[in-house]
Amino acid sequence: MSPTNYLLLSGLLFTVGAVGVLVRRNAIVVFMCIELMLNAVNLSLVTFARINGQLDGQVMAFFVMVVAAAEVVVGLAIIMSIFRTRRSSSVDDANLLKY
Amino acid sequence: MSVLVQAVDSTAGNTGVGEAIVFWVLGPVALAAAVGMIFARNAVHSALFLVMTMLSLAVFYLMQQAPFLGFVQIIVYTGAVMMLFLFVLMLVGRDSSDSVVEVLRGQRAAGALLGLAFALLLVAGVGRTVFDVPSTGLGVRASGGNLPGIGRLIFTDYLLPFELTSALLITAALGAMVLAYAQRKPKAKRGQRATVIARLRGDRISPLPGPGVYATANSVAVPALLPDGSVAPESLSEIIEGHEVDETPRPPSDAHSLSGGRTELGPPGEPAGSAVDTASRRSRPISAAEEER
Repeated sequence: MSPTNYLLLSGLLFTVGAVGVLVRRNAIVVFMCIELMLNAVNLSLVTFARINGQLDGQVMAFFVMVVAAAEVVVGLAIIMSIFRTRRSSSVDDANLLKY
Repeated sequence: MSVLVQAVDSTAGNTGVGEAIVFWVLGPVALAAAVGMIFARNAVHSALFLVMTMLSLAVFYLMQQAPFLGFVQIIVYTGAVMMLFLFVLMLVGRDSSDSVVEVLRGQRAAGALLGLAFALLLVAGVGRTVFDVPSTGLGVRASGGNLPGIGRLIFTDYLLPFELTSALLITAALGAMVLAYAQRKPKAKRGQRATVIARLRGDRISPLPGPGVYATANSVAVPALLPDGSVAPESLSEIIEGHEVDETPRPPSDAHSLSGGRTELGPPGEPAGSAVDTASRRSRPISAAEEER
């Protein structure tokens, strides 16, 4: 088995996350799908670091994790404030930024 | 974990048999959990499926000579991020299940078709380009040198992005505080004079009698007793469901004990002399009000 299998798995996971973003209507689940895509990219970065013998890929994956954590915090706060005003967490209902 | 790292170290570049076994066990698990995350109707189930996928990915990181990232994945993602997701799910409430109504006609089918095409494109592209790339492996940088190597890179080549990361984290924390802060509308406060007038114009001036705690039993569900031994109806809370409480058995009263003679407590409405003593002693405001009347 070559490390390319990790890349294939990462591509499949990314695809599943993208389909989830397209299909699901719940904002929180859409957010989880985005997290899944970020994780898939992280897996491919780690695999590339191993293939190339350089640690830069792992550093990039680390930065992706940090940015993902910040993004989750802000995104969930936005979802909560939308839910507070519209009493719904569906992405179909949030068609206006105010009221 | 160290066993995993040692097994990986023996085969620096290409994968060994143990890693292949782990991959073919955990890879389908990760993929199935990701698919289950999409198809789960309950959002909490989706979150738990995503936790399973992330844990599998953490094992993959550990096997790919990235122990630091593996543990950061477990701690940050499954420990912090997913718990944050679950917290928000609990806050947002039970209506977090999806609506079945399709707003755009055929959107789900189109999304699934696009996903399939995208998967084919990715797999074909990846398979054609990098299928037989010789992998050098991290070598000595993997075992024992992984964390120092990452630290050296972060603080030399990637110093500026690292510092920007700190600014990003502070901004994100502040933004989350601003966005999630719920400012309550100030209620119209009633002043002291208005409170007194409202109480005097109302049908009852005195405060409501408290429940009969310690009058007959050790429970707030027990009503207070009026001096004649009857139940004070105002002392019953509307929230707590009143119910009969078995009194603890007491020793028979004799003349020298201070038990108050509860065995002589008659049914409500029937005045009993010792009950009057007990009630007036235990619920002083009621008896005072009765005496004033």
